[in-house]
Amino acid sequence: MLNQYFAAVFTPDNLWWLGLTLAAILALAIPVLIGMAMLTWFERKVLGYMHLRYGPMYVGPFGLLQPFADAIKLMFKEPFLPERANMLMFMLAPLMVFIPALLAWAVIPLGPDPFFNKNMVIADINLGVLYLLAVSSLGVYGILLAGWSSNSKYPFLGAVRSGAQMVSYEVSLGLIVLSVIVLAGSMNLTKIVQAQTDMWFIIPAFPAFVMFLISILAETNRHPFDLPEAEAELVAGYNTEYSSMPFALFFLGEYIAMITMSAFTALLFLGGWLPPLNIWPLTAIPGIFWFGIKVLAILFFMIWVRGTLPRYRYDQLMRLGWKIFLPLSLTWLILTATVVKIWGNLA
Amino acid sequence: MIPDLLFLLFASGLLAGAALIMFGKNPMVGVLGMLLAFLNASGLFILLGAEFLGLLLIMVYVGAIAVMFLFVLMTIDIDFATLREGAAPYLPLGLLVVALLAAQFIMAASGAPALISAPHAAQEPQNIIALGRILFTQYGVPFQVAGLVLLTAMVGAIVLTHRPRTGVKRQSVAAQVQRQRGDALTLTSPQTGQGTGKTVAKHWAPKPVVQKPSKG
Repeated sequence: MLNQYFAAVFTPDNLWWLGLTLAAILALAIPVLIGMAMLTWFERKVLGYMHLRYGPMYVGPFGLLQPFADAIKLMFKEPFLPERANMLMFMLAPLMVFIPALLAWAVIPLGPDPFFNKNMVIADINLGVLYLLAVSSLGVYGILLAGWSSNSKYPFLGAVRSGAQMVSYEVSLGLIVLSVIVLAGSMNLTKIVQAQTDMWFIIPAFPAFVMFLISILAETNRHPFDLPEAEAELVAGYNTEYSSMPFALFFLGEYIAMITMSAFTALLFLGGWLPPLNIWPLTAIPGIFWFGIKVLAILFFMIWVRGTLPRYRYDQLMRLGWKIFLPLSLTWLILTATVVKIWGNLA
Repeated sequence: MIPDLLFLLFASGLLAGAALIMFGKNPMVGVLGMLLAFLNASGLFILLGAEFLGLLLIMVYVGAIAVMFLFVLMTIDIDFATLREGAAPYLPLGLLVVALLAAQFIMAASGAPALISAPHAAQEPQNIIALGRILFTQYGVPFQVAGLVLLTAMVGAIVLTHRPRTGVKRQSVAAQVQRQRGDALTLTSPQTGQGTGKTVAKHWAPKPVVQKPSKG
């Protein structure tokens, strides 16, 4: 009976489909992981030039192999387990940061591929935006658990800060995304990009774009809102007690979240894979190139901010989130909805 | 066939999560079990074609409510073993509630099979459209009333928990921005050996400069 069941489930068609999906997942996940490694190099290089120094420059040409050297070094470090920590949760927490960060990429469309002109996305679902928000809200659990299970003061404080910060900024983030959905008339990320063919949403929704850009800095715990890991006060925040590969997983999760949020911004406001002008030589370049440029520009902005601004105080951060961004984004949502009701959306 | 397999996966995950909540010694394990239960319930919703409700379950319950649970559990310091000691007298009451719920479910499942209908998702391209249509037409007034009740609850929670505290120093951003240079600083150009005079520091009188006799 069970044999019949499995024979019915694992038909050649199903297996082919399964293999194809797995291949698609790998084809997306591996570039994302390599992109994350290169992002650490990019960050160190950009910060280096901002500090009037070179940044990594000895491993490989221009220090390009530095992230891989770091990864190998981390792998051979001793995974240190603190005494009286809750082992199960201590080991579970890095996974709970890393996995949601990668899961988000299932719905991010990369534009038409250069060969068959088919949309490159693993799951082109109608509620892509909602999925992205839901998955990105899962990452906070890993951070909270890491802080709690370490059984140590600094990680605990860092985790509490981080949790409060991420939950606070998710509210305004969600409201801004809602205004973009109203503007595009769809929750499908591909359709949101297609609605921007004539005009990128950065032009009609510029205030929302600015608020979104600041909110993603807080959401990903980046400078100037990196209070969870404020080195001067909390040693390193929630990951103080971690070393070796568990630490590397936190690091990976954090930087992948940066790339994810940048891609999200590019899709919502900067026209995703669309060229800046809809004219011939620009449209001949594959969309993935434009998408990459836009994501890179936002990542550069995040690093630029790190090199420029001092850290916020915690009460300032909370005031910005609840007393300024929440009313402003709510007002913007109502304004957008009114305008869309009168003149129709941009789709 | 594959949906059956997924249903089994999600349903057993849901039960495992519920069991963790019930039997977990550590309340943090309980919260993790709750997380597992929510995620699997959302999977079941999506399997039924209600993908909007499924994702909403993750966003609201996992993204906000369970985080609050975790926050409270992390920050309070209670010995949960002593909390459990007095639970035995309430066991009959709990069993009664469970029996009632089970009876209701069994009655609903056996008595009215027509009520448990196939998912409506096929009729509408997206179930947010279907939900929105029914929420703002047929259930327009209850929807508004629910919004008002929630608003009242929110205001009530703030009013009940807010205690005005005295002696708290607060930052006034407006006052800080409006502060002029003259409020904190007076620029003078004192002559050498004269000091700044009486206008700046009233408690300080300029001292005469005494030249030390040079040695030699």
